[in-house]
Amino acid sequence: MSNVGIVIVSHSPLVAEGTADMVRQMVGNEVPLAWCGGNGQGGLGTNVEAIMGAIDTAWSEAGVAILVDLGGAETNSEMAVEMIGEPRAAKIVICNAPIVEGAVMAATEASGGASLREVVATAHELSPA
Amino acid sequence: MSAETMTQIDLKALITAVADTVAAHAEELTALDQAIGDGDHGLNMKRGFEAVRADADQIAAKPLPEALKAIGTKLVMTVGGASGPLFGTLFMALGKELPAEPDTGGFATAFGKAIEAVAARGKSQLGQKTMLDVLYPVQAAMVAGTSGVEIAIAADAAAEKTVPMKASRGRASFLGDRSIGHMDPGARSVALLVRAVVETVGEDA
Repeated sequence: MSNVGIVIVSHSPLVAEGTADMVRQMVGNEVPLAWCGGNGQGGLGTNVEAIMGAIDTAWSEAGVAILVDLGGAETNSEMAVEMIGEPRAAKIVICNAPIVEGAVMAATEASGGASLREVVATAHELSPA
Repeated sequence: MSAETMTQIDLKALITAVADTVAAHAEELTALDQAIGDGDHGLNMKRGFEAVRADADQIAAKPLPEALKAIGTKLVMTVGGASGPLFGTLFMALGKELPAEPDTGGFATAFGKAIEAVAARGKSQLGQKTMLDVLYPVQAAMVAGTSGVEIAIAADAAAEKTVPMKASRGRASFLGDRSIGHMDPGARSVALLVRAVVETVGEDA
């Protein structure tokens, strides 16, 4: 798929899955989408390996926008992007946006074939400057 | 530590000592984290260092910089939480910055750069009640040529100093003033790692 992919990273698998569910129902299937959440042991948390896997799943040559919730999700996403390394890392952006609204808005933009820069800009508009 | 002793470090013994220490203090670290975090730090650190221990033979066969990178990668993948990337970055960056045959000065310089990498990863700085509050004083002691035992004492003292601090980074920062009066679990972990390392490498380290 040539549309920008969306990855949702939450501390809670329920939040991540629910957000992905909203994207699918509100935006449709035209956007590569993956989510991950939880520490892998049934508790809250985020996990670098799972994030790397989600990026692989949602990978698009047009790039991937990641939506995160709290601090650790951002730190772990940054680590995942770094470990994936170039050249793919240059096409992955972690958005500064609320996770649910950001995911839906970014996916909406992506579904129309927008560039990664445009997708990220749309998500960022949701954050107070 | 001379260049000679540095390249002769028994990495497997070091990994064993560090993993033993983390395992022995897992409950204490978890208790500290229950006070101001999400209460999984001890368990997470133990899982990470047990995974490193499981690969000890393989890791110890590598040159020191490569071994440190392998330890860091393993920690990133297994510790989880925010501690995984932070402790993982410390080891990965140290491996990256370390010259092939480091002497004491070279090690201290590389350690300093690794701490900067951790600070960048955590978007944090000194005085925010984090692992950095132990890492920086330990590095300063290294640069000053302090003995291993004194470095470990400095690390313990630095961890103790996080007790009255108010957290302004990480999960503990959500607590605001209520974070005051508890030692930071990440700071305590660093102090424990430092002590395990200097006790294994020897008093002249």
